[in-house]
Parts: sequence; structure tokens; C-alpha cells
Amino acid sequence: MITHPKRQRGLAERADYIEPERYELFAEPKYHFALDRRDFLRIAGGGIVICLLAADADGQQRGPRRGGFGGGGPTELSAWLHIDEAGQVTVYTGKAEVGQNIRTSLSQAVAEELRVPMASIKLVMADTSLVPPDSGTFGSRTTPDMAARLRRMAAAARETLLDLAAEQAKVERTSLVAADGRVTHPPSEKSFTYGELTKGQKLAKAVSGEVATTPVEKWKVLGTSAPKVDAAAFVTGRHQYTSDLKLPGMLYGKVLRPATLRGTLTSVDASAAKAMPGVVVVHDGPFVGVAAPDEFVAEKGLAAIKAATVITGDEISDTTLYEDLKRTGSSPVTSRFGGRGGDSQGSVDEGLAAAEHKHEAKYTIAYIAHAPLEPRAAVAQWQDGKLTVWTGTQAPFRVRDNLARAFDLAPDKVRVIVPDTGSGYGGKHTNEAATEAARLAKAAGKPVKLVWTRQEEFTWAYFRPAGLIEVNAGITKDGLLTAWDFHNYNSGGSSIRPLYDIPNLRAQSHNSRAPLAQGSYRALAATANHFARESHIDDLAAVVKIDPLAFRLKNLKDERLRAVLEAAAKQFGWEGAQSTETRGIGIAGGSEKGSYVATCAEVAIDRASGKVRVVRAVTAFECGAIVNPDHLMNQVEGCVVMGLGGALFEAIHFDGGKISTDGFSSYRVPRFRDAPQLETVLVNRPDLPSAGAGETPIVAIAPAIGNAIFAATGIRLRSLPMVPEGLKS
Amino acid sequence: MASAIELSVNGAMRRLETDPERSLLGVLRNELDLTGAKYGCGEGECGACTVLLDGKPIRSCITAVGDCAGKQIRTIEGLASGDKLHPLQQAFVDCDAMQCGYCTPGMILSGVALLEKNADPQPEDIIHHMNGNICRCGTYQRIVEAVKKAATVQKGGVR
Repeated sequence: MITHPKRQRGLAERADYIEPERYELFAEPKYHFALDRRDFLRIAGGGIVICLLAADADGQQRGPRRGGFGGGGPTELSAWLHIDEAGQVTVYTGKAEVGQNIRTSLSQAVAEELRVPMASIKLVMADTSLVPPDSGTFGSRTTPDMAARLRRMAAAARETLLDLAAEQAKVERTSLVAADGRVTHPPSEKSFTYGELTKGQKLAKAVSGEVATTPVEKWKVLGTSAPKVDAAAFVTGRHQYTSDLKLPGMLYGKVLRPATLRGTLTSVDASAAKAMPGVVVVHDGPFVGVAAPDEFVAEKGLAAIKAATVITGDEISDTTLYEDLKRTGSSPVTSRFGGRGGDSQGSVDEGLAAAEHKHEAKYTIAYIAHAPLEPRAAVAQWQDGKLTVWTGTQAPFRVRDNLARAFDLAPDKVRVIVPDTGSGYGGKHTNEAATEAARLAKAAGKPVKLVWTRQEEFTWAYFRPAGLIEVNAGITKDGLLTAWDFHNYNSGGSSIRPLYDIPNLRAQSHNSRAPLAQGSYRALAATANHFARESHIDDLAAVVKIDPLAFRLKNLKDERLRAVLEAAAKQFGWEGAQSTETRGIGIAGGSEKGSYVATCAEVAIDRASGKVRVVRAVTAFECGAIVNPDHLMNQVEGCVVMGLGGALFEAIHFDGGKISTDGFSSYRVPRFRDAPQLETVLVNRPDLPSAGAGETPIVAIAPAIGNAIFAATGIRLRSLPMVPEGLKS
Repeated sequence: MASAIELSVNGAMRRLETDPERSLLGVLRNELDLTGAKYGCGEGECGACTVLLDGKPIRSCITAVGDCAGKQIRTIEGLASGDKLHPLQQAFVDCDAMQCGYCTPGMILSGVALLEKNADPQPEDIIHHMNGNICRCGTYQRIVEAVKKAATVQKGGVR
């Protein structure tokens, strides 16, 4: 759940406050899931239904309750759960599975509280006709918010089953035990399966107020490495992604794109395409597309359309990207963007004046692409004035509302269904393919599947924003930070505030006129801000000749960040390790979205060829109480590998209004050969609430690599990617 | 122009009328409903479309279907025996060697091809052999582990 800060808060108060990034600041869903008791039982059949009200979703009231269950009025739901008359548990949630394994972790949450085996739980996810509205799957909010809600809901369901058992067995409720899908009365050895208890019931209950959940020390399912739900479907090819779906009579769609990013199609002549058997052509305003019974024919139809591109904007180029971002940079962003504009305290001028050493530098961050292996895809079907779209998106309700707007429909005439998707990394919040498929399907009068080509992915999707970061800092002769002045142009404000103890501090985010479409990306600007900060800190350590780890710890009180730095260093063998001219070691750490990470990297450098290879990366990660150790480790490893791409070689280039890096042959992503030996230390904090973990572990690898290269060579690389063409002397 | 083509897919003969210039990937997915092989790039750079042709891993997105006539095609759908997973499929599950799973069928078929010519691959063999398969989720280390594990199982070692 994303909440908007009502006011600017003080630094101390804000330390643990998780704010939305500007790209993630969406309005709450405009339409509410309004169902009464009969609706649920009609959808679900007999048994029991437990609903979690949004007003109570975080255990507190957020304004006047809208109606109530049984009251007949509209009810804001957060999730709901059904136990049918055979004991099968179905949970309905708006979150989407994109490879982060929340289908598994959320099932664990329900299994834990409901005391049922994982196998008896089915999750219905991200189907806008069946699940309550949800702002989207991003911001690492599934674990802290949705899992916590499902636990409360499942705990309430368990209590309801205990009530039913006490009634049926006519025994004291406190003498009953719920375990393994049964309620047992040990004194009489009476036992009921959940199916026996729900049989013949038509009971719907709303959860309100606090519900006690199982404390971490008593977890039996949460905290264990439950295997990926449906793993067998993925390894056998049985799982159907959006791009694998096929409906009866379905056509295959293709869209004609302008020749340049800021161009519009003109002089469209589709007569040849229209003459091809089975080809449907749509030319509606700027949209030109075809649909055909066969993908091969659709491609031929598209190729047969003649059109010109009229340039409607600048022929953008990346040659002056960073100057442009600085030149068009706004004054510091204010709370309009979720209060992420930045922070200040003390006087930076005084802090710099008091410093023994000052250090000023600029850092640049290139545009990079998410490049999810499953491109944007949608299957659209119109029936009786209603539109159903299957699509891989992280924000199904946003896509639903955008489709409703695009086709002038009431939102309840649009259904968006998200099959478990071939990854997103923050790149699938939007609805391009969904809208295009729906437009073609409307014209064709048949279902249409549209799968973006890789070139379309690299050209017409949005990117992680490029940025220019300027840093000026001061330290005493003993290596204590006195001043920190940090300005990020365009890439964003995530984690812009350092956790180091700095009496005089200014950290500000500035919006710029962005040449490319830009948006959310795993960990947002935290990668850029950590790269600049942790590189700069490393420079400062070198100025006063203090070990980089010792320098960090000397300026850091934050216990959680200290703990991961120390854990990573210990596992790595930092103490006593030395860099040589061809072998460098570096460390970096930080925090984002309520979790903490530190990475030690070892790089091998071939000075003759300039080749840089990361040979080993040790990452310590702490995100509160661990939900699933193996899946967590997998996420940490995946973040490190993905972050390594942006650190070393990934960059989107554009010139003459076109993206020149428009395929995997021109846009390099990490491959087997690039992956270092990965070691992960999970720091468990059962005393703290579980935070999300799919993003933050990406932020430390880039500066750790940069610091390792610096340690070996004395060369400080201040641009991401650092060595797209190898290390130059 | 469409012509009659006979394909041997997972041991069964499939006859269809199609343009021999079409990609094998398109035919497998759209005509034969074998959607385990994925479109990832259309230029043979990512390996998501990998299938085995006479035992060799090929990029089906850049392979014309006409060139596959008379050859043995194996796809991910033909790898398990009933409910019993191939040792490499099982190893992917056991090692949690996936996240979103989109690259997984292509990875597994590349790995199967390696195991069929080298029963005891070392990590550097696996990395060399599979470098053309992209896992954007970054599970490479786990995939190497899975291939090693499957090799051990196939040799009759510990499961």
C-alpha cells in the first residue's frame, strides 16, 4: 500500500519511512469492488468466505468505513479467501507473479496461519473481475503489505473454523487444535477436516480490527524454503504465459511504428495489405496495425503497408544527454513527487568550510532497458460489448482503467487477467500491447494476440531514467564527514539521503526534460544514488588513507547497515585482503525500501586488453524476518547479476531520433560468462517485520565493482556503465 | 508458398501445409500448439527458442521449417516421461534454477544437449556451452548447479 506523506517530516522521523518513487505515485484505484455476500458465494460456491476490508488492511482506520459486509453498501476489499465444501482454499489477491515468487511466499503466509498444507491453497492473482483493486505489484510492497494482510485474513478464517468445530462437536473452543487442514479435539480424539466443517455452509465474514497472527518463533511454513509453486509447469513448458495463449479463431496482430521516436506515421497506403486474404488493417489516427490468421501473414501484411514518418519533435541524440539533463533541471523537487525531493540539515557551506579535505565530482547514469525476456504481450477479446485482455502487467487495475478510457467503456466492462509473467523488473506497469491488441480485436471482430518484437521492446518501451549526479563533500583530517552536497538530475530521489552521520547535508533530486520515455525500474534511482554516494565515500577514504570498510563504519551509526557491511566483509575475507594491479577488491553498502545490503566485489583486470571481469561477489542482505531463505537468496543473486550489467556495459544509445541499441546483439546483457562466483549471506532479523527483497540487493554491486577497479588501478570510473568497451588507461 | 511438410516432433510424425520459409518456432507454437519454446529476440541471440534438431541445440526462431523435414525435433514438451521429469528438469526444480521461468525450456534443452555429449561437464564446459542462453533474472549460478546435479543423477550418483 502506497501512502502519500501528508507533510514534510523531519529527518529523524523519516529514516525508516518508505516513500513512493515519483514514477510509482499512482492514485488509488478509482473504482471499488462492490459485492455483497450473495456475490461472493455465487462466484465461490458454498463453504466459507473471509474478506479483508481495505479500511482495516493496515490494522487501522483510514477514514469512515464505506458500508459493511451484510449492510448491502459498497465495501472496499483488500483480499478475500474461500474454503469450499471440500476444504480447497482459494485466495484472491491483486498482486501479480512476475518471477519474484510471491505466488509461493503468499501461499506460505496463508498456509502458516490457516494451518493447511501448501498444496491445498490456490492463489487467484491479478484478475480484475475476481480480485479486489490493487495499485500494482511494485515498490517491494507485496511482502510487507499483502503478505501481512493475507496472514490476518487466514488467521481469521482459522478462528472461524474453530468456531464451527466447537459448535459441531459441542466442546469448549479452547480445547480445539487446528493443524494440517483439520480441527482436532484431543480429549475426545474427535477430528474434522476443513471440508467437513465447511460442508453445507454459506458463511461470509468480514475481517475487521486486529487479528492475532503467529509469532515468528512459532512459524512452521513461513521462514522455510518452500519450493516454487507450479515449478513443474515451468520446467515442462506447460505454463502458459500471455504470449502462449490461443483462443478459438484468434488472429495475430502487428503494429506499424514510425521511423523515429518522435515521429508520426503519414501518407499511409494499406491497399496492398488489405488485398491479402484474411488480413485486417486498422488505421485509426496515429495507430496503424494489422491482424491475420497467421503470424507469418501478419508480418507480410505489415510489410506491405507503405507509410512515411513525419518528425514531430527534436531528432534527439545522446551525445549531449548529461549536459541537457543539467541544463533543463528543475529546482529541487518538492513533495509533489511524494516528498522524495530530498533532505537538508545544517549548513553545507559551513560544513565545507570546516573540512580539511574537500572532494567534488560528477557521476553519470545511462539509460538502460529492462529487457524482460517475455516481451510485452496481450490477447484481447470482445464479447457482447465487454473487453477481456490477458496481458503481462504489474498493474492490472491501472491497465483496466486505461483500456476503459481508451475505448470509452465503464471499467466494469473491462477485465484484465495477468497470467504469471515472464518478468517485469518495473518495466511492465503500462498497457501499450493491451490497448493495441484490443484495437485490432475490435476491428477484426475476433480475438487478437499481439506480442511485441524484441526491437519494439528496446524502442517503444520505457527505460530506467538516465541521470547526472553532482557531489561535493568534506571531511576532517581524521576522516569524519563534515558536509555532503548531493544533486541528482533526472534519475530520481530513491535512497538519496545517506545513512552516514553527516552534520551538514543537502541531498536533492531535480527533474529534467527527459529525451526518452522513462519509468520504474528495479530499485528505481537507488542504484544511481548508491553508485555516486558509495564511489564518493570510497574516494574520501582514500584521501585520508583509511581502509574503505573502516571509513564507512567510522561514519556510520545505523546498526542495520553496519551489520550487513560487517557480514559481507567477514564472508569475503576483507580483513587482510589486498588489491594488486590486476586484482581489485571493493565494498559498498546501503539501504532502500526497508532492507539493507552490502556487497564485496573482486575484479580481475587485464591491463593490456582492458578487459574487466567480476570474479567474485559476496552480498549480505537483511530484510527483517526471512520468509523463504532459498527464494530470497535467488533474488539476491539475480539482483547482483542484473546490477552487474548496468554497472559494466548496459546502455541505451540513441541518435537521429532512433534507438541504435535495439536488440540483444547491440544491447549487451549479462550472460553465463559474466556471472561471478556469488556468495550470499542472509542476515535474519526475526524481531523485525519482513520487508520486500526483489529490488534492494541490486544497489550495491555497481559501486562495489567501481571501488574494486579503483583499488587495483587508481582509476575512478564515474559513469554507469563503467567499462562498456573495457578499461581505458 | 505453402507446401506439404512432414515433421518428426518428439517422436511423432506431424504433417502440415505451410510455407517452408516460416520459422520453426512459429510453426511449433502456432500450428502445433507446442508453446514451450519461446520467442525472445527473433535473431538467435537469447536462446529462449532453443529446441533440439537431431540432438543439436538450435535457435528455432531463425531456422526455416523447410530445413527441418526428415530430422528429429525435440521440444521441452517431449522431455519428461509421463509425470516423471527428465533429470535436468528435476534438477532445475531442486536447485530453484529459475525465477520467471521464461528462459527455462530453452535452458533445459541446451543443457540436455550438453549432457548427451558430455556426461560429466565441468562448470567451464557448462558456461561455454550455454553462454548463448540469456536468463534476464540472473539465475546462471543455479543453472550451472542444476546441470552438474543432473549429470550426477544420470551417472547413478546421489539424487
